[in-house]
Amino acid sequence: MLKIDKLSCQKGYNLLFNHLSFEVNSGDILRITGTNGSGKTSLLKILAGLDVQEQGNVFLNNHAVKSKAYQEEIFYLGHLSALSGELSALENLEFLIGLNKSTNQVQLIKALSDIGLKGYEDEYCAKLSAGQKRRVILTGLFISNAKVWLLDEPFTALDPNGVTIIESRINKHCAQGGLCLFTTHQSSALLNQKVLSL
Amino acid sequence: MNIYLKALKRDLRIAIRNPSSILNPLLFFIISVSLFTLAVSPEATTLAQIAAGIIWVASMLSVLLSLNALFHHDFENGVLEQMVISHHALPLLILSKITAHWILTGIPIILLSPLLGLFLFLDGDGIWILMITLLLATPSLSLIGAIGASLIVGIKNSGMLLSLLILPLYIPILIFASSAVSQAQFGLEITGQLYFLATIFIVSLMTAPFVSAMALKISLE
Repeated sequence: MLKIDKLSCQKGYNLLFNHLSFEVNSGDILRITGTNGSGKTSLLKILAGLDVQEQGNVFLNNHAVKSKAYQEEIFYLGHLSALSGELSALENLEFLIGLNKSTNQVQLIKALSDIGLKGYEDEYCAKLSAGQKRRVILTGLFISNAKVWLLDEPFTALDPNGVTIIESRINKHCAQGGLCLFTTHQSSALLNQKVLSL
Repeated sequence: MNIYLKALKRDLRIAIRNPSSILNPLLFFIISVSLFTLAVSPEATTLAQIAAGIIWVASMLSVLLSLNALFHHDFENGVLEQMVISHHALPLLILSKITAHWILTGIPIILLSPLLGLFLFLDGDGIWILMITLLLATPSLSLIGAIGASLIVGIKNSGMLLSLLILPLYIPILIFASSAVSQAQFGLEITGQLYFLATIFIVSLMTAPFVSAMALKISLE
């Protein structure tokens, strides 16, 4: 269970949210909505351990954010691609997944094929389109061991087929006891999603 | 493979595929040393006297030139974010990056130094001591430089700021390393200087990755 307790965040002179408390249980899908600048990305970054909150606490099964046990369970997908243009899709994934768990090349090649990047394993990421890059990092998400998926605009640059793939994987992940928090301005067909408005 | 070795291999691979990042500082090193021979004097005695200083200043500036890129690309593409939030020890991941930086800049400088020493009429002993000082101190240059590079990672056009932050910390290394070579040319004892350089290396090895990790976390907030 992810517990957010009286979280406050301020950027410059702007108080984005104050004493925000909620819980996300295993199997929950939480969609975070709000206008531009309302603090959606900041909230996800705090939950990922990237940003520091002004006040409040974040716990995952009683492990505080930034502890090793907490960070092992997190996968954060931000606005940036997290891919190096000089490396191939496979090389990028090997390193990114290595940050989360040990894996082998066969698994990675199969995962890339499953997401529609068969034949692109050895292509330099600089030569991939924005949507293909997004698919590479999403492959990393799908084969990670992380229980908590923090996805900031995951559908950006994806075609309808890509959106369908990610929605079905989120549903499957949460049906297996994982939990997912995501932001999007697009309509989403995810099942049983809860909504948090900032 | 261990994630820290993976990080090292990844940085080396990126640098090999983008050779200008390695070659630019190295060319700067060779060109600046060569220009001194044209500008100061062609006389062997004059050049031999100032050789150690020239090579050391040039190597320090070429390392400084390469530091901007240490974290910059990973910051821009978001890999640094993933490194910070991973459950692995960030200081060790940074140490892997620093090691890659030393392999790509420090080792070529050490290997080129005998040749440039010969250009400047350094004798055999002088060249030998020059290589030892470079071997002892170039890792410190990369380690200390990483602190500055992590502090300025989010700031655009920050080359001058990096120089201002890092050069004062490089000064003791410059003084002790160049004086070791100069004194060796006169047959004087240089153990003290070498011990001092070794101490700087050990202290920076123990502290720089941790300080750099803290600075990176602050820069990413």
